[in-house]
Amino acid sequence: MDLHIVWFVLWGVLWAVYFMLDGFVLGAGMLHRVLGKTDIERRVVINSFGPVWDGNEVWLITAGGATFAAFPTTYALMFSYLYTPLLLLLFALIVRGVSFEFRSKEEGATWRGCWDWAIVLSSFVPALLFGVAFGNIFAGLPMDKAGYHGSLVALLNPYGIVSGLLFVMLFLEHGALYVAVKSTGDLSRRAESLARTLWVPLLVVAVAFLAYTNFATKLYDNYLKAPVFLVAPLIAVAALVGVRLLLGTGNTLAAFAASCVTILGVVGTGVIGLFPNLIPSSMDALSSLTIYNSSSSEYTLQIMTGVAFTFVPVVILYKIWVYRIFRGRVTAEAVAADHEAY
Amino acid sequence: MDVLTLSRLQFAITCMFHFIFVPLTLGLSVLVAMMETRYVLTGNEMYKRMTKFWGKLFLINFALGVVTGITMEFQFGMNWAEYSRYVGDIFGAPLAIEATVAFFMESVFIGVWAFGWEKVGKRFHAVSIWLVALATNLSGLWILLANGWMQHPVGYVLRNGRAEMVDFLALVTNPFGLLKFGHQIVSGYTVAGFFVMGISAYHLLKARNREFFKASFGMAAAFALAASIMVGVIGDFHAADVAKTQPAKFAAMEAVWNSCNNAPMHLIAFPDEKNECNLVTALPVPGLLSFLAFHDTNAQIRGITSFPKDERPPVLPVFLSFRLMVGLGTLFIVLSAAALFLSKNGLLEKYPLFLKLLVLCIPLPYIANQLGWIVSEVGRQPWIVYGIMKTSDAVSKSLELTQVIGSLLGFTLLYGLLGFVDIYLLAKFARKGPEETHVGATNAFRN
Repeated sequence: MDLHIVWFVLWGVLWAVYFMLDGFVLGAGMLHRVLGKTDIERRVVINSFGPVWDGNEVWLITAGGATFAAFPTTYALMFSYLYTPLLLLLFALIVRGVSFEFRSKEEGATWRGCWDWAIVLSSFVPALLFGVAFGNIFAGLPMDKAGYHGSLVALLNPYGIVSGLLFVMLFLEHGALYVAVKSTGDLSRRAESLARTLWVPLLVVAVAFLAYTNFATKLYDNYLKAPVFLVAPLIAVAALVGVRLLLGTGNTLAAFAASCVTILGVVGTGVIGLFPNLIPSSMDALSSLTIYNSSSSEYTLQIMTGVAFTFVPVVILYKIWVYRIFRGRVTAEAVAADHEAY
Repeated sequence: MDVLTLSRLQFAITCMFHFIFVPLTLGLSVLVAMMETRYVLTGNEMYKRMTKFWGKLFLINFALGVVTGITMEFQFGMNWAEYSRYVGDIFGAPLAIEATVAFFMESVFIGVWAFGWEKVGKRFHAVSIWLVALATNLSGLWILLANGWMQHPVGYVLRNGRAEMVDFLALVTNPFGLLKFGHQIVSGYTVAGFFVMGISAYHLLKARNREFFKASFGMAAAFALAASIMVGVIGDFHAADVAKTQPAKFAAMEAVWNSCNNAPMHLIAFPDEKNECNLVTALPVPGLLSFLAFHDTNAQIRGITSFPKDERPPVLPVFLSFRLMVGLGTLFIVLSAAALFLSKNGLLEKYPLFLKLLVLCIPLPYIANQLGWIVSEVGRQPWIVYGIMKTSDAVSKSLELTQVIGSLLGFTLLYGLLGFVDIYLLAKFARKGPEETHVGATNAFRN
């Protein structure tokens, strides 16, 4: 087995799982001011992901670490070329984490209002920037042997923006569904109805993205070469339609599951289209960073494969177990009575 | 100011800020776990309240440790792309393993612990904080193995225009990394011991919740004494290893300019970098330095002048930081021994001055930790990887000055603000007694 391919698959899986898990936290974070009419409702939203958000974010750190260990050249160039957007992303993630922790530690309305808006903004910024970054990676970065020729403004090209919007819409839908599943009463009903409303613009953006991808990127080349992989975009589309159908039957839990599959399918679609590139160059195909020219040595890949195949299943097991512990809906009464809650 | 200088400044600021929170996390996780274990074993409700009170402070501190940690991972790629490319084959592995093996465990079980009081059994709840403590310490192990490799590279060859790993086992058994890990972990325990003693002393002075804070104080004093003795013991081995592996750093730590056998240790010295000598040297103990470094009074110590000028670390900050760190470390042993003695004999409240002193001492172990990192990291200069790659060759090529100025300003502002809020909240909840730590959830509900 070619370990480069193994690590390419793992790389894709780490990103996909990260977006699936942190996506609903980002979405619920963006929406908590809209969905929560009162302070306690907002706290219900925040506490609905309170026990798990930290563990979800670690998938990002692991995706970063895995890129560093398996594809160091890609890690080095991607992070330094995308310096400013990554910096904004980093600031947002820092603010988000402390906002959850700090928000309910004081009573004042001004204090809580400030942290509320910090949560909204610091959830929106990563959602948008991840989309913009991945859109630009799909399209290829302007780099050649001499280095990088792009700029922050150039990243905000129309395709980058459509990708950013797609991520924002996906996470909003995902977050609304999560809150619908995890809360009770009015709050849950409002979230469910918002999920129905958001589905239409999400579909519009998704169609625009799929069509635009044909012109802005070479992602579809791989699918023309090996049509069997079309199963990934088909799953994404079917799951997206499934979200609406299941919402129609009132089964929000199943709709949320379909939303998870949608996100996995979207990321899978992009990643399969990239292969064997990690970051294609839009200027000079020979300067593209591929899984072969940017990887670690065979020896390091072997060690890391051993580590990943030993520990990732363990991680998945205890994560599933934790989600089971915290299954069920979060109620206002429970949040109010729990002195450790956010 | 150029991109290199600003990137170094930014790395130093973000690293040191991150390192305000890490040592306390390392130690307090263990202390809180011990408290909760006592609760589970004895059923005594006071230990449950102890777990919750100190646990709340732990969580506030933990949050900032986590979020500032992400910065560290990103920065290797953002500002030090040439470094990441050149050594990523080796250096990326411990970071990725840290995330997979330790960070997941830590972040998942902190959720179980903070939110699971009613959801999991009493025993399992205690196990989850032990898992957090274990993961936090494991995390430190992998990071210090990574750092240890930068200090004393092992198990690699230079091939294909970069450093490639050939012996993973050598990396994980690198004595430099392991000694550094040992030294750092117990330093973190010392921070936590003095943190808990200081806050307990504050409440004892106000005569509030006396039983509660006496018990907290007693546990913390024993913990701090054991930890601070270990800091000294492991630190001594660590310094001896540095003398072997990084002679230039060792020479700077002790301000030894000229190579000599039977090197004395001067109790008082002050280096003069310009003239490559010491302004003052007094009270020599003959042969002590040679003995400490090589356990042989006749061994040769290499002086700074035996290194080419462009391979010498800045002497003054390394020398001063080292002296001050060792001085503080000694003070911690004395203070915690006295604290344990008074606490064991029920004499604490007889000596309010001593209690006041302990309140004032809370910052000192933090300072000692930061000084240790200055010795370690400034002492490694000009190398980013000792003997292989210079810091000046490691910086990202594509960076523009304005980008780094922007990020440096951003970090300074953001970290300044967050540090301020964090200290405010820590102080607020520390000052409140254990009965009052519940945030006004019920009131919010009534609104």
